[in-house]
Amino acid sequence: MNWLLVVVGGMVGAPLRYLTDRAVQSRHDSVLPWGTFAANVTGCLLLGLLTGAAVAGAADSGVLLFLGTGLCGALTTYSTFSYETLRLAETGARLYAAANAAGSVAAGLGAAFAGVAVGQAVWG
Amino acid sequence: MTAPEADSLSPDTRPARRSVWRAQLPVVAAVSLGGGAGAAARYAATLRWPAEPGGFPWAVFWANVIGCAVIGVFLVVVTEVRSAHPLVRPFFGTGVLGGFTTFSTYAVDIRNLVDAGRPGTALAYLAATLGGALVAVWLAATAARRLLLGGRP
Repeated sequence: MNWLLVVVGGMVGAPLRYLTDRAVQSRHDSVLPWGTFAANVTGCLLLGLLTGAAVAGAADSGVLLFLGTGLCGALTTYSTFSYETLRLAETGARLYAAANAAGSVAAGLGAAFAGVAVGQAVWG
Repeated sequence: MTAPEADSLSPDTRPARRSVWRAQLPVVAAVSLGGGAGAAARYAATLRWPAEPGGFPWAVFWANVIGCAVIGVFLVVVTEVRSAHPLVRPFFGTGVLGGFTTFSTYAVDIRNLVDAGRPGTALAYLAATLGGALVAVWLAATAARRLLLGGRP
């Protein structure tokens, strides 16, 4: 059952990231990979909220496996993030590469901290 | 009353939109299948090497670093060395590797380490994953180009 929850969560999260990326990338002309950024920060916020809810006792292990390990885990990505950062550096946009790396980590961490705090406040 | 423009536009745009969606379906399905497999592989790693409370999350660290190395080789192969079936990149790159690696668990684990009074471990994990991932994708892509393209950029 645990495996099924993780697999189905991953099967939902990954296409959500793909569609988010497609939608965001078609709406700007910047060289920065805002699509992956949006999916990663949204996933960090969701997993933060979920973790806050779990700390408050409002989310059981099944919900954590499906929405956390599966959906948020697959909605967010380190591999595409690192490859897109490498491509920026290789094409001469080194400042953008550094900004993408630092900005993604800072925004993801901010979303995770805020998500847990809000989750604990709402479900605590 | 419907404007004449809308009447004349609708037969054109609706089938166009439907066919765009229909063309996306196999891609979305490939990403979905890959994402389920990648998430399951990451879950297996966290079960095999569970992180101790307040300890360094080694399983997710290695999943992320290895996933970055693999995508470096994979994307050089399918974009620079040879052409692949149009569903290979969505399935393996976006799906499997995207599902295997994770940014959300990384960020929330750092937050949890700080909360557990382990800011040093949190900072080490933050820096080691970011540095390890970027070095891994760079080394892997460079090595793949050297070996498969004979050093041509």
